[in-house]
Parts: sequence; C-alpha cells; structure tokens
Amino acid sequence: MPHDHHDHDHDHGQEPPSDIALRVKALESLLVEKGLVDPAALDAIVDYYETKVGPRNGARVVAKAWSDPEYRARLLADATAAIAELGYSGGQGEHMVAVENTPATHNMVVCTLCSCYPWPVLGLPPVWYKSAPYRSRAVIDPRGVLAEFGTKLPADVAVRVWDSTAELRYLVIPERPPGTEALDEAALAALVTRDGMIGTARL
Amino acid sequence: MNGVHDMGGMHGLGPIEPGPDQPVFHQDWERRVHALVIASPTRGNIDAGRHRRELIPCPDYLRMTYYERWFAALCEMLLKGGVVSPEELASGRADPATAKATPRLAPEMVAPALSRSGSYLRDAASPTAFATGDRVRARNLSREGHTRLARYVRGRTGVVEHCHGAHVFPDTHAHGGGEDPRPLYTVRFTARELWGPDAAERDSVSLDLWEPYLERV
Repeated sequence: MPHDHHDHDHDHGQEPPSDIALRVKALESLLVEKGLVDPAALDAIVDYYETKVGPRNGARVVAKAWSDPEYRARLLADATAAIAELGYSGGQGEHMVAVENTPATHNMVVCTLCSCYPWPVLGLPPVWYKSAPYRSRAVIDPRGVLAEFGTKLPADVAVRVWDSTAELRYLVIPERPPGTEALDEAALAALVTRDGMIGTARL
Repeated sequence: MNGVHDMGGMHGLGPIEPGPDQPVFHQDWERRVHALVIASPTRGNIDAGRHRRELIPCPDYLRMTYYERWFAALCEMLLKGGVVSPEELASGRADPATAKATPRLAPEMVAPALSRSGSYLRDAASPTAFATGDRVRARNLSREGHTRLARYVRGRTGVVEHCHGAHVFPDTHAHGGGEDPRPLYTVRFTARELWGPDAAERDSVSLDLWEPYLERV
C-alpha cells in the first residue's frame, strides 16, 4: 500500500499547513457540520483508492490473457465482462476496451481533454498522466514520448494512440516477454508494469 | 469550448518527467479532496463536473495542480448548486438557521458504491448514421459550451472503426439538458491527416466521437 511521508505532516508542527490544506480542511468541516458528508465515509473512499484498486488488478488481467487463450479472446471481444470475471468493476471502468500490442503495432493511451483512466484495473492515474506535457504530446509525438520513458520504438512498428474522449476506458495488453513460457499467472503478473498497460513502456 | 484544457497537439508544455510508481496521493489534503468530490451531494453528473473544471480561467488552469483544480471546481459546484452559501464557504461554519442533512454516502456503502459499474449506454432512438469502415469528417464546431470534440481533429477525415451504441451526450448533459443519448463511434485518423507529412506513415490516433460531431465525406 502506498503510504507517503506527507501523511501526518499537519501533526508534526514543523511546517505550517499550506493555504490549500487549510481551505480543504475548512470545507470538510463545513460539509460535516451541515450533515452532508460523513468523515468515516471519506476515510473509506481514501482507503479504497489506496488499497483496493491499482495496477496489480490490471496485471492479473494481462497475465490471464497471456496464459489462457479463451480468456484472451473474451477480453478482446468484451473487456468489461472479462475484467468483471476477475472481480474488477466500478467507476471509470464502465466500458472497457482491451487493445493488444503485437510485433507490428504498439498501443498508447491518453486523455487529452482531462484525465480519463481505467480506475478499476489501474487505480488512480500518476501525476504525469494528468499533466499538460503528456496530454499535449502523446497524440502528436508518441515516439518522442516513448523515448522520454526510455523506449526507442523501431520505425517499422506502427503506433496506435487512443484518446479517451468518451466513457470508454482503454487497457493495453503488452506483448508477453520472451522466455516466460514456464511462468504461472502469478509470476507473469509480477512482470506487468503500470506503464506497460498505459503503453508508455514495452515489457 | 476552446479552452486550454483541450491541449492535444500543443507544443511547449515542458518535459513529461515520468517516475516510478508513485504514491496514490502526495499530500494528505489531496486524499480529502478526492474523497470529498466523490461523497459530495453535487456528485452525479460527470459531464457537468468536467465542464466546471474547464471553466477555470486558462492561466489558473495551467498553474494549478490536478487536485487544486478539483477543489476549485468542487467549491464552485457547491456554491452554484446552493449547497453552501458564500458566507459559509468563507467562514467554514454552517449557518445555524439551516437544517442538518443526512450524508448521501454512509461508510459501509462506500466499497459497494465504488465497485458498482453504471453504464452510459442507452437505448438508441434512431438507427445509426454511420457503419464500420465509413469515412467521416469531424465537423468544424467552435461552441462555447462543453464538448468532447477535441480541436485537433476538427475538419479532419477518419474511418469509423466501431459503433458503441447510443451513449449519454456530454454536450447536452453537462448543461442540465438531460442525457440526450447519441450514437458513439471510435474513429481512427492517420497521424499524417492530423499532423501533416512529417508524421510517421503508419501511426494513427483514435478518438471516441458522438454522431453530432461527424459528417459523411
């Protein structure tokens, strides 16, 4: 579970809380006082996104698709249903589409207009995914973006960029790395990275 | 609206700075903003929420962090919806004259609510105008309201790859005009059609576009 050192920075008395931190605290107090939100529900929401969803979910989906040809076929035909088979569903994953990398094609996902991202399988997006540099450049210079992530894509591999402009959410199925024939699903899932499932990296 | 949020294809916005798997939240207040947006009584119309963030003035939009935008938009929606008064927002204290509400989301309902998949698919009112394989042009529209017709495809020609049935139409829904479902298509544009002859020959970009955004070529 990700847990950063800022967690209790308001308790240490070292630095004064920032203006935004104070304003957020004031709004929460106001909404609680008015009976509009329950602070325990807010805690449960935070816990859900820090511990229940994340890229490990998507990695299980990919590993199963690599291991089970029938599951792969179901995933490519109806990703929402195939992903739900593994117990993953919810907001920002209502209409899932799986796109598969091949030796000839590399897929990359972006949301140029906001920050659409498949929460049930990848969790909440990293900062760079939501930021202007990635949103602006992924569609016009995907090969330059890949290079910035340390991947030089051969010229004969076509890039397919998917701009998530509606409520469809895309999951990239990376190519299965060579030499992994003997691995079971759990071992395969450990090889699958978040960036591989966004398409900013190859495995 | 032709806002700075519609940034596909822009240059000059800096390096991406990818990192390792980061913590989900970097500050405690970001945790609370994320949770407040989900638990807020203004929750429910995702298109109105997106539009509220698009209405943040362009210079502020670029300067603010992601969760600063979420917080600013949440405050605006609470004010515009009459959920809190400007005086309450400024003071952080409830007006004693208002009745106490009951929270919309109880703690034990959080996990079931967040793992429940709704759907934006609706019964189609009419047959779809386009079929897979049709060549279509993204219409050149510059309306002031909310739209998901990204600027960089307007006037460009692509091919329909898939029809997803009728989905809630954001351009109407964001403005309180009801769901107004319209057929939704995945349309593929070649990189050269979008960016000119310097783009890689076989590269492409696909977008999900509603029927009113498209015209037959």
